Amino acid sequence: MSSRPAAPHNVVWLDAPSFPEAARKALADTGLRRNLGRATATIRDKRLAVTGELADWEQLRQAGAALKRRTLRHLDGYLVQLEEAVTRAGGTVHWAADAAEANRIVAGLVRATGSTEVVKVKSMATQEIGLNEALAAEGIDAFETDLAELIVQLGDDRPSHILVPAIHRNRAEIREIFVREMGRRGRPAPEGLSDDPRALAEAARLHLREKFLRARVAVSGANFAVAATGTVGVVESEGNGRMCLTLPQTLITVMGIEKVLPDFADLEVFLQLLPRSSTGERMNPYTSMWTGVTGGDGPQEFHLVLLDNGRTATLRDTVGRQALACIRCSACLNVCPVYERTGGHAYGSVYPGPIGAVLTPQLVGVEHAASLPFASTLCGACYEACPVRIDIPQVLAHLRAEVVEAKRRGSAVPSAEALAMRTAGAVLGSPGRLALAQRAAALGGRLLGRGGTVGALPGPLRRWSGARDTPAPPAESFRSWWKRTREGGPEKEDGHDCP
Amino acid sequence: MRIALFITCFNDTLYPGTGRAVVRLLERLGHTVEFPQAQTCCGQMHFNTGYRPEALPLVRGFTEAFAGYDAVVTPSASCAGMVRDNHAVVAEQYGDGELRRAVAGITPRVYELTELLVDVLGVTDVGAFFPHRVTYHPTCHSLRMIRLGDRPLRLLREVRGIDLVELPRADSCCGFGGTFALKNADTSTAMLADKMRGVLDTGAEVLCSADNSCLMHIGGGLSRLRTGVRTLHLAEILAATEGDPR
Ligand code: SF4
Repeated sequence: MSSRPAAPHNVVWLDAPSFPEAARKALADTGLRRNLGRATATIRDKRLAVTGELADWEQLRQAGAALKRRTLRHLDGYLVQLEEAVTRAGGTVHWAADAAEANRIVAGLVRATGSTEVVKVKSMATQEIGLNEALAAEGIDAFETDLAELIVQLGDDRPSHILVPAIHRNRAEIREIFVREMGRRGRPAPEGLSDDPRALAEAARLHLREKFLRARVAVSGANFAVAATGTVGVVESEGNGRMCLTLPQTLITVMGIEKVLPDFADLEVFLQLLPRSSTGERMNPYTSMWTGVTGGDGPQEFHLVLLDNGRTATLRDTVGRQALACIRCSACLNVCPVYERTGGHAYGSVYPGPIGAVLTPQLVGVEHAASLPFASTLCGACYEACPVRIDIPQVLAHLRAEVVEAKRRGSAVPSAEALAMRTAGAVLGSPGRLALAQRAAALGGRLLGRGGTVGALPGPLRRWSGARDTPAPPAESFRSWWKRTREGGPEKEDGHDCP
Repeated sequence: MRIALFITCFNDTLYPGTGRAVVRLLERLGHTVEFPQAQTCCGQMHFNTGYRPEALPLVRGFTEAFAGYDAVVTPSASCAGMVRDNHAVVAEQYGDGELRRAVAGITPRVYELTELLVDVLGVTDVGAFFPHRVTYHPTCHSLRMIRLGDRPLRLLREVRGIDLVELPRADSCCGFGGTFALKNADTSTAMLADKMRGVLDTGAEVLCSADNSCLMHIGGGLSRLRTGVRTLHLAEILAATEGDPR
């Protein structure tokens, strides 16, 4: 298997600006702020309620983390085992080193059936490889059937959340998209459609029903695959996925290689962790599992495409590889204070939020997503929420160091930031130099400060002082106070703070 | 017990009053505090911004400055977290065996102020007097990195005269994040706005926390908007008495 894809392809959107720039635009979108603020608050509360009620939630998280880490350590063995089991059960396994190869395989398989359209189960892996666009280039229509994914597709939009791709849309916008677009791609929206959630769901249902009944080929992702048995599973809430997984003649599943689990019994852990962390439900509504092909029941042809696309490269990094344990629950997005305000599009990748900030740069190489590891305050809310205990802040800090190293390698001239860090390092490296700098700062503070605070600051510090006052450096640092009053025995003298 | 104060470069330079408050408080409780002059900085800014090799001499300097003390106390939750969680990472990645051993020896003896008070010295009533309406912001690193839990609140509740009010959405980040505030200034400001809204909703006169860095950020916003709310490190409230009000 190869390492990273030659081109970052769909993992990062090539026309996307850096995170700070994209975030600035998103922050100004008051509708987006409101939609996201509400949606994430609701799901946060639901998740806390159902994770809080389990006495052994922490042990479950630990079990999930341990299972994933162990599996990743022996991934090669489990994948071969999976291939054998799937083949034994009548399926066919394909290996794809990158997005282009996976797309080629899927397009070839669809063409071989003679069909020019497929129905799709919501899947991150196929988003990651840009499958819909690749199929379109081959004259094959791919119809998304997950409600939120349908909204994104009809709106010619991009997903902004890994579980609820249309989380940035409110129901008035959804109604508008349905009325405008449904007729162009199949059954039109009913006359006089309202923005009542029930009416919108019914419109989607009618529109999709036609596609389900006609489809001969379905494409899905997978939440897991069991190496021992060859069983593949999809976890979803609407039942639309199950329509795709059961009605068509041919089923093609594209799965990241990290999704394999050793044994069927391991599902016990993940089928508890996933619904509680993602939708805030105790049990997942539709859990579909299939093992190869069963005569006279369901698809009679099954293909499993195992996708690398940067994963083995990620696996090589002993700190960063934990990102591959992700079960795509989206809890880290919902609790992230940055995501909550900027939304998913600002990350410029199919994987937004905290997991995106650690996964995307690893899949494509840090130089193609250099602003993402910095798109976090390292507040740790993601780590606390993650059902498989991925230490996202640790990986972020680790990747920041990689970005800095890559920049150092790429340029003989140090950046302004690198120079500032070097200077700070030199000053802080010695108590004497620090004391000197403090005296200079105190002098500067006296010149700049008015009423104990400094308003406008020069240079890049303007980004700070645009919204905040800064305390003027006090006349006396702590160390000079200590020297003055304590050297040669404690005195009770207490100096005064900022004026 | 030999207690050394790790003031942190940030407090040393910008908030010496916090350091003086820690000294006053611990001496009032009958302890002697030493200030190792060789100390400078824990390297947090360098580490968190990706400049790890630059953090190495700072990590080494820390172990040298604080060798031989029974306890190292710091009025900064995030610097305590840097030392306890990340010094070992730096030593592992760039250091030698000697540094790794020195780091492993010192980190279990590094305490954030409220940990020292509650866990080591066993006090929650420190004899403070502070007749003001106060709200407490648990900073992210105090909450999720070093897990202070309710130690700060237990100390604050015992302060005489205090009117302690709960901060809405207290556990959500204020948006400081060190260099995040510069690199992602717009997002940082949006988070700051929500934090300030929470503070103003409480009607508090004073916002306190276990870290002056976050307070500089929130307080800077509160000051710019002339809200009439001031910020104060927890140590300064705990150090205040009837005879020596703040
Ligand atoms: S990183 Fe953890 S919290 Fe985030 S989506 Fe993956 S499993 Fe869920």
